[in-house]
Amino acid sequence: MAFLPALPRKYHAASIWALYVIGLCPAAWYFYQAATGCLGFNPVKTFEHLLGIWALRLIIATLAITPLRDLFGINWVRYRRALGLLAFYYVAMHFSVYLLLDLQLNFGAVGGDIARRPYITIGFAALLCLIPLAVTSNNWSILKLGQGWVKLHKLIYLIAVAGAFHYVLAVKSVTAGPFIHVALIALLVAYRFVRRPILTWKRSRNGQPVRAAGR
Amino acid sequence: MPAYRPPQIAASEITPKTIYMSRRNFIGAAAAAGIGLTFGGEALAAPLTAQPGPYKLNEKLTPKEAITTYNNFYEFGVGKEDPSQNSGAFKPTPWSVKVEGLVGKPKEFGLDEIMKMKLEERTYRMRCVEGWSMVIPWIGFPLSAILDKVDPLGSAKYVAFETVVRPEEMPGQGGLFQALPWPYVEGLRMDEARHPLTILAVGLYGETLPNQNGAPIRLVVPWKYGFKGIKSIVKIKLVEEQPQTTWKNSNAREYGFYSNVNPAVDHPRWSQATEQRIGEGGFFGTKRVDTLPFNGYADEVASLYAGMDLKANY
Repeated sequence: MAFLPALPRKYHAASIWALYVIGLCPAAWYFYQAATGCLGFNPVKTFEHLLGIWALRLIIATLAITPLRDLFGINWVRYRRALGLLAFYYVAMHFSVYLLLDLQLNFGAVGGDIARRPYITIGFAALLCLIPLAVTSNNWSILKLGQGWVKLHKLIYLIAVAGAFHYVLAVKSVTAGPFIHVALIALLVAYRFVRRPILTWKRSRNGQPVRAAGR
Repeated sequence: MPAYRPPQIAASEITPKTIYMSRRNFIGAAAAAGIGLTFGGEALAAPLTAQPGPYKLNEKLTPKEAITTYNNFYEFGVGKEDPSQNSGAFKPTPWSVKVEGLVGKPKEFGLDEIMKMKLEERTYRMRCVEGWSMVIPWIGFPLSAILDKVDPLGSAKYVAFETVVRPEEMPGQGGLFQALPWPYVEGLRMDEARHPLTILAVGLYGETLPNQNGAPIRLVVPWKYGFKGIKSIVKIKLVEEQPQTTWKNSNAREYGFYSNVNPAVDHPRWSQATEQRIGEGGFFGTKRVDTLPFNGYADEVASLYAGMDLKANY
């Protein structure tokens, strides 16, 4: 049962490419604003923070795909890879801005930050964890790795939690913005613990099997 | 090398500003035009004359637009542009400041009386605890000048300050998620409060303070992190015990009572060794400079802390 009209199959590929283009729009727009002096008086920090927040939003969207299908019958699994890769691109841009524009390739300062500042340590660890996921996001890797791929990609839960910590530890006080992002991540990760019982219950209620593939 | 140069050019003279009138003339003109002084926000920023003060910096001033749009004033929101965007409804007039506590002559100072104090222009560095800085031409008067008017008692060891609470005019003080408990409170030791560098500011860049910068009257203590500079002050109380301060109450591990600028003592979550000059360098060439002990005012104030462990008393 779907609440949304199904997109004809012939448009699937195009819609995925459109998602990549739309997903990169915020970064392009903020970059344009920053480069033209329209992003306030601390454009580097503002741009850096916006990229980080969008990375978290894309991770949230990635994690939302499975519950959307389980609970609402909306099957957007075809967009999950694009969302995950976009999240990786945003994290990579977030780090690049920090490295190039904020600390201006002062590797001593970068090393010191990563070693001594817990929120940067956590953020950097999350970035490193995202790399194998991005590298193995192709069909060939999925076929080659089999169950190993499924296990490897469970890293996204750890990455999402790390991203949430990174955000909360970076701000001076937790206001609505950080709270909402962190709450959504907590909710989506927590869902994984109750997913089996929920699916079992739905199956028994409907008297029909519910597919449980994918996370 | 001394941290300051003797007065050279008043910032008001190099400010791209056409005409400077005295405040009295302005009020007269405003009254004559039937405008009154009931406007909020930018409408209130009025020209203000002041004598060049004794402290001047040989550094490039931060552009006025940066000083008035890149602010931390959580009463109006936690975003840097929130204070300039959300402070339009704030009414800095009428205003009064109660000075009370361990004093011989407690007194409530009306804004008119405050504006008649001997105003000076002082260009100070402002270093935020977040790692950025500005160079700001303030207009104000030494805090000691107002303390002298109330006869502090010998038992007064500290000065406590309090910001106004007006949730209806300050959106950050209402709603579900409030960044801090209100009122915002700050404090200084008596010798810090009486130090000639410590001023109550009523203007910047040759005009009265914009709302987002703490109108109509705020504290400026240039050798301490910016959050010590409490804004929109309604109460000054002389006390015997070290007063409560908002950020220390909020997170004592990260923010201390003293909060002197110190590149050798890092914030637990970030380095304090360098600072970013706001409004300089732009997007592709951020300007970072080394942070100086006591924000460059060590010659004047280091003696206040002689013998104190500055790592323990951060």
